[in-house]
Amino acid sequence: MKRGLEGPEPEERPSPTGRRNKQGIRIDPEVEATHEPRRTVISALVTHEPGVLSDVSGLFSRRQFNIESLTVGPTEDEDRARITIVVEEPDPGIDQIEKQLRKLVPVISVRELEPDAMRRELALIKVDAERPDQVAAVADMYDGKTVDSSPETATIEVTGARQKIEAAIDTFSQFGIREISRTGTTALARGTDRTAAPSSTAQPADEANHDDQYTPADDD
Amino acid sequence: MSERAAKVTPADDEQDDDQITDSAAPDAATDASTESETTTDPVTTGAESVVRALENAGVEYAFGVQGGAIMPVYDALYDSDIYHVTMAHEQGAAHAADAYGIVSGEPGVCLATSGPGATNLVTGIADADMDSDPLLALTGQVPTEFVGNDAFQETDTTGVTTPVTKENTFSSDSDHVGSDVSEAFALAREGRPGPTLVDLPKDITNGETDREPDAPKVPDTYEVQERADEEIVAAAAERIENADRPVLLLGGGVIKGEASEACREFAIEHEIPVITTMPGIGSFPEDHELSLEMAGMHGTGYANMAITHCDTLIGIGTRFDDRLTGGIETFAPEAELIHVDIDPAEISKNIYADYPLVGDAETVVEQLSDAVDESPEAKKWRAQCQQWKSDYSMAYDAPEDEPVQPEFVIEALDEATSDRAIVTTGVGQHQMWACQYWTYTEPRTWVSSHGLGTMGYGLPSAIGARIAADDDQEVVCIDGDGSFLMTLQGLSVAVREELDITVAVLNNEYIGMVRQWQDAFFDGRHSASDYGWMPEFDKLAEAFGACGFRIDDYDDVAETIDEAISYDGPSVIDVHIDPDANVYPMVPSGGDNGQFALTEDQL
Ligand SMILES: Cc1ncc(C[n+]2csc(CCOP(=O)(O)OP(=O)(O)O)c2C)c(N)n1
Repeated sequence: MKRGLEGPEPEERPSPTGRRNKQGIRIDPEVEATHEPRRTVISALVTHEPGVLSDVSGLFSRRQFNIESLTVGPTEDEDRARITIVVEEPDPGIDQIEKQLRKLVPVISVRELEPDAMRRELALIKVDAERPDQVAAVADMYDGKTVDSSPETATIEVTGARQKIEAAIDTFSQFGIREISRTGTTALARGTDRTAAPSSTAQPADEANHDDQYTPADDD
Repeated sequence: MSERAAKVTPADDEQDDDQITDSAAPDAATDASTESETTTDPVTTGAESVVRALENAGVEYAFGVQGGAIMPVYDALYDSDIYHVTMAHEQGAAHAADAYGIVSGEPGVCLATSGPGATNLVTGIADADMDSDPLLALTGQVPTEFVGNDAFQETDTTGVTTPVTKENTFSSDSDHVGSDVSEAFALAREGRPGPTLVDLPKDITNGETDREPDAPKVPDTYEVQERADEEIVAAAAERIENADRPVLLLGGGVIKGEASEACREFAIEHEIPVITTMPGIGSFPEDHELSLEMAGMHGTGYANMAITHCDTLIGIGTRFDDRLTGGIETFAPEAELIHVDIDPAEISKNIYADYPLVGDAETVVEQLSDAVDESPEAKKWRAQCQQWKSDYSMAYDAPEDEPVQPEFVIEALDEATSDRAIVTTGVGQHQMWACQYWTYTEPRTWVSSHGLGTMGYGLPSAIGARIAADDDQEVVCIDGDGSFLMTLQGLSVAVREELDITVAVLNNEYIGMVRQWQDAFFDGRHSASDYGWMPEFDKLAEAFGACGFRIDDYDDVAETIDEAISYDGPSVIDVHIDPDANVYPMVPSGGDNGQFALTEDQL
């Protein structure tokens, strides 16, 4: 007995000419077809209650979003915390992150920050202090503060945009770095612009500024 | 035990249609006075306020298993009108509650104790999560002072279930515990439905409180958009009017959003061919000329041709699962997508939406209806779809001298039951045949595990479906032998509760779907898929106190099915089918829908 169903073979069937890319976008010369990953900062205002951070971080790991740093801390309102997430994803991924975050019940509002937002990170860098003068000079260069020193080591605190921290670490490495601890980025929008506030939930995710490229804001 | 006997099952024909509720309350008539008094008494414990929250939400049934940490809640249930169905396993409790939610549209409720009780629920919760079914799970937890100390039967239940719930809560205050439950109930059904869980430490439920729970209400931070953006609606309407090859793709969200009627009207008025996803089965009558039935991995050839060649795809309440789309690159590659979904995160998640319409399915379809003035001119396209219907018809051979073909059994079951009969299934080949060869015409008559693909779903979901169904709806579980083995202890529940369910086990002594893949992709090496020996399910059914039947050849089919369906109580038919039968058409995973295989050698 023959098994299967009747009908024209696959080769005998018409085939459409179009295709979609991996992100499900039709490949059409007029439409941009692929998106390269870009780094951006997403800020979320959440209710300040146990479990929120694990909800958020769990979402990221479960959906395999490439997360660069995640910081959390209280805000001016004791019932609210702010989570700042730096991610590197193509645009459709960034859209998804925002939408999935919004779905979490304790999340009040989510926003992708403008490239000019203030972004800061803090690093503690412990170096060998055989040449204390030079260490102090380098710390000065990066507005660093020596927060601890011993006959053998000096620990310097540096704050600033990620690039600045990276440059500082690079420069300090000449002395021999013993340990580093970094906080990851926290950020706020500039001026009267609200970072992520209850009202901005109404803003459709698709209005996210797709064309803006991330450019590190200058340190001020 | 007298309570169980007093349970009037939905099978009891003396009851008129949906009066199951009142009749089901154990000894409602005799105990009426005490019952109603107790429910209006003020609450005194957290557990009582949990039960009061359920009552306020209109909960009539709960499915669960007792245990130490949940005992205070069960104690409070003792005085309630809520009818508790004691299950044989917590997985079954979650599936039964899930199916109750699918059939009734209201969240099903399941209960379990802490630790192993809670973890046994997890599969059912994950299943509900994947299928966006409204479900409320209540789990006992060790007393707060022991939490974190690895106490007896302690599990971090909220931790374990975070990835598979819409929202979960660890209750930490006897004054709030009732409101936590009310809120979880409201969240389970609001917007995109899903499972919610409240973890109930024993000291919190035992604790004193006089606080009545708040009415079910979702938290302020949870916002749902009902109406889609008018501008995009207008643009989408214009696209539909100008379409040459339109297709309406209806997903499970159509049924959950009560949009089936609106979609039917829209499709028929504008003569647009209709395809469903697997969860969307029943949203559009499959016997209608415009229906192309289900697309995807085991969808019909005509649905897959149409979806591959359409130029305008109107997807409603679907999340474009990979079993539907096959490889993204070749999915509806020429179509502009109009995507209606209540969950903004579904828009452009897998397939880019040219016209994103976020909103409630029924509301948005009505918006679209108002906006579309002229039907698309798609006569040629409809003719093409009809041509595909005859080119790739779902006809199969069933020679008398060969073993019984499964397709024949499904059609016979369909024939023996009414249009509103509810089908539940396990997972595997039988499930696919149940999609393909049963003609669904009504929403909420197809109950299956779609997204998670959970073997063992069939029988417990039949229990939940039976309890939610109207008296005149038959409930048929089409199961696989492997799937049935996983949860057949539920037969004890069906017998105890006198539930009129017919289980047809399509017995091929294989875990057939795996064998089919091994034949196709692993050189026929039947590693651990050949069961070789199966219990005699008819006799097993008898041992449980159900009615057992067996089918070996075609002569028995119609008669045995009639007997089993008309038996007033649980019956099991052990149907010995052709062990080598395979499911076609088939699109290999990640493949091109238009290149579906009709036979093994086309794979
Ligand atoms: C809980 C669970 N375990 C394993 C699987 C993998 N699986 C998918 S289909 C299938 C075979 C099902 O066999 P059976 O229930 O006998 O149905 P048939 O395919 O023979 O109709 C298996 C093992 C699953 N879906 N669910």
